[in-house]
Amino acid sequence: MAETMLEIKDLAVEVAGRPILHDVNFTINAGETHVLFGPNGNGKTTLLMTIMGAPRYKVTRGRIIFRDQDILSLPMDERARLGIGMSMQRPPVVRGVKTRDMVTACARGRESDEELNTIVQATNLTELVERDINYGFSGGEIKRSELAQLLAQKPDLILLDEPESGVDLVNIALIGRLINDLLQKKQPIRDRKRSGLVITHTGHILDYVDARTGYVLLDGTIICEGDPHEILKTIVKKGYQECRKCVT
Amino acid sequence: MRDLNSEKTRKEKAKTAAVKQARFGNDIDLNRYEHAAENVPYYEDLSKLPGDARQQMLQSGVTVDDVRQRSGTIIQMDHSVIHSLSSQADIEVMSTQKALEKYDWLAAYYWKAVAVDADKYTAHVELNPGNGYFIRALPGGKSTFPVQACLYIGKKNLAQSVHNIIIAEEGSELHIITGCTTSPREEPAMHLGVSEFYIKKGAKISFTMIHNWSPETDVRPRTGIIIEDGGIYLSNYVIMKPVKSLQANPLARCIGENTVTRFNSIVVAPPGSNMDLGSQVILDGKGSRTEIISRAITTGGSITARGYIEGNAPDVKGHLECRGLILKGEGHIHAIPELKGNLAGIDLSHEAAVGKIAEEEVEYLMMRGLTRDEATATIVRGFLHVDIEGLPPGLSQQIKQTIEDAEKDFM
Ligand SMILES: Nc1ncnc2c1ncn2[C@@H]1O[C@H](COP(=O)(O)OP(=O)(O)OP(=O)(O)O)[C@@H](O)[C@H]1O
Ligand SMILES: [Mg+2]
Repeated sequence: MAETMLEIKDLAVEVAGRPILHDVNFTINAGETHVLFGPNGNGKTTLLMTIMGAPRYKVTRGRIIFRDQDILSLPMDERARLGIGMSMQRPPVVRGVKTRDMVTACARGRESDEELNTIVQATNLTELVERDINYGFSGGEIKRSELAQLLAQKPDLILLDEPESGVDLVNIALIGRLINDLLQKKQPIRDRKRSGLVITHTGHILDYVDARTGYVLLDGTIICEGDPHEILKTIVKKGYQECRKCVT
Repeated sequence: MRDLNSEKTRKEKAKTAAVKQARFGNDIDLNRYEHAAENVPYYEDLSKLPGDARQQMLQSGVTVDDVRQRSGTIIQMDHSVIHSLSSQADIEVMSTQKALEKYDWLAAYYWKAVAVDADKYTAHVELNPGNGYFIRALPGGKSTFPVQACLYIGKKNLAQSVHNIIIAEEGSELHIITGCTTSPREEPAMHLGVSEFYIKKGAKISFTMIHNWSPETDVRPRTGIIIEDGGIYLSNYVIMKPVKSLQANPLARCIGENTVTRFNSIVVAPPGSNMDLGSQVILDGKGSRTEIISRAITTGGSITARGYIEGNAPDVKGHLECRGLILKGEGHIHAIPELKGNLAGIDLSHEAAVGKIAEEEVEYLMMRGLTRDEATATIVRGFLHVDIEGLPPGLSQQIKQTIEDAEKDFM
């Protein structure tokens, strides 16, 4: 049996007093990557931010178990230090904090300057490192900067919120490669320890990243689970409503 | 020949303003302070200075142990210039008393950039002269390293009176770092400092000033800058330590065409500090540009951050950026950016923001594994970071270091 990385049990979440998620259940084993589909505004980001521990997202029911530990009471930074990392859909601008400072901070002293430079080059951020983080960044630049931070942070559970949206066709291959690096996809399956949960609308990321399971999140709950390629095909052909018929 | 007549009228003018309150800042009763100071002996060898004084100077950016990275040094303690030296033939560094003896023409530079009757503090400096520094770059002269100047108050209860004249002759380039400080005993004292800058055609001055007062010091600097064609004036001001009350509002008059003026200020007010700080730029010369940037943080003190740009000539451009952060406690920040345009074809703008650190930004850094305190410190450091251009090597690093050293005290 593979080690369990993340277990979501009976989860319900409110944002600003409004219920967003309910009855969410799934499990991700170590080495696996799962994909999350769903129409706009149905709670995908909410789910990731809740796993990460952002204070705005109030868990009203259920449990989040990371490697056998219930992490619900832990603040974000402790979850990060336990090994959970996330790339945000819309990260904030922090004036005066340079991109290089962010990447360095993510490494928490574990990486040499040389390794950090390698990350900066691999993510094609050399021109951006002296700029304030996210300030005036293009959509694709934001995605690459988020991945650079994760590469420095090296989390074991990687939450990616639409890592390929707004990215051009050339850069999408780069993003795919970087995500594969993060998720140790080059290693044989039995040696992969890291897990991923990736939100995607287009599914382009599936061309690069080997994902095991897909979910459709609709009206605040998971209504379908299965092979991610098949789910994507169904959504493209018949829309999200068709997914309702798929009872797991 | 010194013009005794004009000197007399100056004194007369000063007398009429002897009790005139300043436009801004709380009124200081000058009679609470002593105005005369005993002579402090000259130090040929600065390493003989008392250790605590050296330490205070170092924290204000003035290094006395190794002056190889300096083009000159002048140190005034109370009312005595205790050391002055220039290591470059094209840069003059001496006390204003000496300079007045040496140059007849110098008197004409007095009270041209600052009005003698502006308020009781300028009047006081005229009526109770207590020395000051004279720094001049000869035509075409360039200071390789900064000239450092230190104004140090050692005597308890002294109202230190200082009148500085700084001249960059045509085509010259002068970098100055001034550290203003007191003895570490934290006794009551006052500093009244008039500084008049003259930037001739095509000349450039960068003026970095680090204030390192005590919680018992009242401070009233009075600064004026006159900039001729193509002149550049870059001011960097840093105060990270407590002060009782501080009010300053330097005025740059850009009379020449195509001048560049930039004021950067980094201001931190701990509890008990009361600061009213501004920068004013009058753009009278065609094509002149200015930028006023201030970052203010209160951890309990009160800050008024002013900025004023006036455009009176075609094609002038000015931008004022004033950002304040209320970090903790019962602090106040009052940002007052003002723009005045008197002509079509000018371009003046400002942005001001006062608030606390955005929670969203703290969370972003916490998401990467930084604790709340680490995240806050990183954001504050970023907030205080201002890109400073036009300084010789080492100086911008030194400003950065001063800020980082002081961060520990208020975070
Ligand atoms: N701070 C907030 N206050 C109020 N409502 C919120 C807040 N944050 C999120 N919501 C609401 O929660 C719902 C779910 O939002 P979420 O961002 O999780 O959607 P999503 O599935 O990621 O959508 P998208 O595909 O557009 O990114 C939306 O209706 C959104 O408006
Ligand atoms: Mg979303």
